[in-house]
Amino acid sequence: MVDFLMPSLGADMEAGTLVEWLVKPGDWVRRGDVVAVVETQKGAIEIETFQSGQIDQILVDLKSKVPVGTPLARIRSEGEAKLAAVPVAPPPITPAPTPAVPPVAPVVERPAVTLPRPPVTPTPAARARVSPAARRLAEERGIDLSTVTGSGPDGAITYADVERRIGAAAVMPERKRGWLDLSAMRTAIAAAMARSKREIPHYYLEHQVDITACEHWLAEKNASLSPDNRLLLGALPVKAVALAARRNPAFNGFYRDNKFEPAQAVHIGVAIAIRGGGLAAPALHDADQLSLDELMSHMRDLVQRTRAGRIRGSEMSDPTITVSSLGERGVEALYGIIYPPQVAIVGIGKAVVRPWVIDGAIGPRSVITVTLSGDHRVSDGHAGALFLAEIGKLLQEPDKL
Amino acid sequence: MTEGDIRKMVEEELNNIAPEADLASLDPTADLREAIDIDSMDFLNFITAIHHRLGIDIPEIDYPKLISLKGAVAYIAAHLKPAGSA
Repeated sequence: MVDFLMPSLGADMEAGTLVEWLVKPGDWVRRGDVVAVVETQKGAIEIETFQSGQIDQILVDLKSKVPVGTPLARIRSEGEAKLAAVPVAPPPITPAPTPAVPPVAPVVERPAVTLPRPPVTPTPAARARVSPAARRLAEERGIDLSTVTGSGPDGAITYADVERRIGAAAVMPERKRGWLDLSAMRTAIAAAMARSKREIPHYYLEHQVDITACEHWLAEKNASLSPDNRLLLGALPVKAVALAARRNPAFNGFYRDNKFEPAQAVHIGVAIAIRGGGLAAPALHDADQLSLDELMSHMRDLVQRTRAGRIRGSEMSDPTITVSSLGERGVEALYGIIYPPQVAIVGIGKAVVRPWVIDGAIGPRSVITVTLSGDHRVSDGHAGALFLAEIGKLLQEPDKL
Repeated sequence: MTEGDIRKMVEEELNNIAPEADLASLDPTADLREAIDIDSMDFLNFITAIHHRLGIDIPEIDYPKLISLKGAVAYIAAHLKPAGSA
């Protein structure tokens, strides 16, 4: 039995309010399924489980605000659940086997209520297994589950399977903005940035990069693609940063408890402007491992979900380095403020045509200004310069990104 | 499909992207990127939606022609009628 805990979705989060359960006791979940929605200062966040199995018990009531680390539900692992699925009496209610569980200490007037244990209903083996989050998504979008191919064990249908099935049909996300509260978001941004400026000794570098090769390569590639599959220029620098971060570990990770912890994976926090004046930088997971096409489709999905107020918990807490791009409008350079506990942010300005010297002759080239804000507790300008130069070099060969 | 129908459809799609924009009072020749603050991802979603609804192919090289409300309506009208009738 494993406890599903209120996750920490950022260094400054102390508590969250549970606003929606997407599962009920007896439901099957798979690692990565969205099981609950938690409201934080940064908006409503979809929380995934890291444990596959069967929901045993819901421990926290809707609308309860509880501290980070509070058990929200108990999940029976798949092995345990299979044993329990043999029609037997419900397992005796014993204290949770994990003695380390802190007592539920709600910080609201309303105490968390432990729901009574429902009768254990064995899941008939013949029933196609569909994760609750997948079922809900399918219902929302009117997808017939019999048309979805499951990729889970025994063909179980996961959330990702339904997402894939929806695929290009879901060009427009539902416009419902979840619980996106822009003024609360502004407060959270202000708190994080003030902390960053207080604690992180920033240094700043800039580098001008000729991206004419990227533009040519992209125009040629996109010419044969339908709009669903086209790449945006902005995807290329994100991939270049991810590859360079992999080779320059001093810019990829977290500074916590007075020391730097390099991250094993590269999860790029993509800064996304939200209409009406919001900003979030959720993680594009394992960006260095994705092909450009995959990276683009994940980024498109991430932008749509973020703007619709449907970010997932892991996307909030995972970014190991942030990339902030101004797109095709705006100005030529931005100097980012590092999002703690990260140690670097890369800024990408808009592309401008500039006179450029190539092989002794002047010609017009498309140029972007790439900036780095680095953390002097971890790296210095010399290492930062090599990191930025590597990003620039990678952008000269877009076909290898 | 009349030009009025096309305009209605274009406005629907823009409204999906920018729900708060007042499209009725929008200058039909204004650059949509500035006028209703849409970025390259929004614009790609707009093109994708038009592609799905009408099946017309809009190559990247033609994007500048669709950057205003008037331009988008004219472009779509022209491409819906390959026979060339006005």
